[in-house]
Amino acid sequence: MQSLTIARSLLTRPPIHFTRALSTTVSRAQAVPAEKPVQLKEFKIYRWNPDEPAKKPILQSYTLDLNQTGPMVLDALIKIKNEIDPTLTFRRSCREGICGSCAMNIDGQNTLACLCRIDRKEGKDTKIYPLPHMYIVKDLVPDLTLFYKQYKSIQPWLQNDNPPAQGEFLQSPEDRKKLDGLYECILCACCSTSCPSYWWNQDEYLGPATLMQAYRWIADSRDAYGAERKEKLQNEMSLYRCHTIFNCSRTCPKGLNPAAAIAKIKLELAAE
Amino acid sequence: MMSTRALGLGPSLRKAAFSPKILRNQVAFRTAIQRRSVQLNSVPASSSVGILNKQRLLRPSSPHFTIYQPQLTWIASIFNRATGGALSALLYGFSLAYLVAPGTFDSAHIIEFVAGLPDVVKYAGKALLALPFTFHSFNGLRHLAWDSGKFLSLKGVYGTGYAVLGATAVSTIALVLM
Repeated sequence: MQSLTIARSLLTRPPIHFTRALSTTVSRAQAVPAEKPVQLKEFKIYRWNPDEPAKKPILQSYTLDLNQTGPMVLDALIKIKNEIDPTLTFRRSCREGICGSCAMNIDGQNTLACLCRIDRKEGKDTKIYPLPHMYIVKDLVPDLTLFYKQYKSIQPWLQNDNPPAQGEFLQSPEDRKKLDGLYECILCACCSTSCPSYWWNQDEYLGPATLMQAYRWIADSRDAYGAERKEKLQNEMSLYRCHTIFNCSRTCPKGLNPAAAIAKIKLELAAE
Repeated sequence: MMSTRALGLGPSLRKAAFSPKILRNQVAFRTAIQRRSVQLNSVPASSSVGILNKQRLLRPSSPHFTIYQPQLTWIASIFNRATGGALSALLYGFSLAYLVAPGTFDSAHIIEFVAGLPDVVKYAGKALLALPFTFHSFNGLRHLAWDSGKFLSLKGVYGTGYAVLGATAVSTIALVLM
């Protein structure tokens, strides 16, 4: 009851504004914060609406004040969607480069919008396209059905008919080290959709992301199905459409090297 | 009563007490309004595949090499393929021509033909032959290195790439001046 009385007296009293400041001098305390100048930047974004399928895809232009926008391209996209055009469609989730949802082509390079800083150069626009040579569901959202099917086709799980009698599979530190640079892949599809071979042959060629995961299981000392896994790749299309172009390694937002993994599969197949 | 006024709850409590129940239940109220303004067509679950397939037929393919940033990686690769194709076309073309008309395409006749050309055409022709030949040869060595497991890092790719470009430039000039 006593506390209620105090609360009541506080609420009924005329408000007093307290200013808590760390300023050491009066002039500093009274200084008005400098307002940042307006820095406009144009974003040109690929648009296509499935409700109007006859209309050709277009580049739509949006202008933002960079000093009122977060530092990353994803921040700009979210700001556009929130404040300018709610129909703009794109995938996003974690905003920190671990989910792989916001993979898109920014200024000609495939990358994650959440890891890509906005180019602040004066007078330069930024073009944003969906991942190249993919069927478009809407705006920046590509259809990844085939990509996931290809990943499924390499059976991305541990296969071993002789599990240890007790406890888990043991692995030497050296064997574990072979998986570094392979297991970190988040399947954002940036690499596969940057690969010209994948553009022309994605119906049969597995593409860098899937092939690197294939190697991830071939290289795993605990997996006993390496021979079967390699046998599946032993044909003209699945693996050998890789012409060592290296667009995949160049574009990977996680800094991985799919081209090297594919080269190692080729070496192992050649040694058989 | 004093405490409700202090907390600012007075008006809302009074409003709730006098309004009918449907208006008090916010969820029911919202759905009632929505039902009036939005017409929903019910579609059987089994038709989803048909709708999806119809949509898939209409989907555009996103742009690719026209919008992709020119990078040494894929530009060198496409150039390697183009020069390889051109060189093989030349080799096969010349061999077949020699097979068909050995009298016209033998060494003596070709030397005689080239000797009669103006200098500009000679140098341009030499450059046109030397550039694809040297680039394709050096880049072929780069591919052999990759296939034996060397230079597979991004640094290796760019280092060898610029080395190939440099070697191509030097050897092309040397061959043209020969």
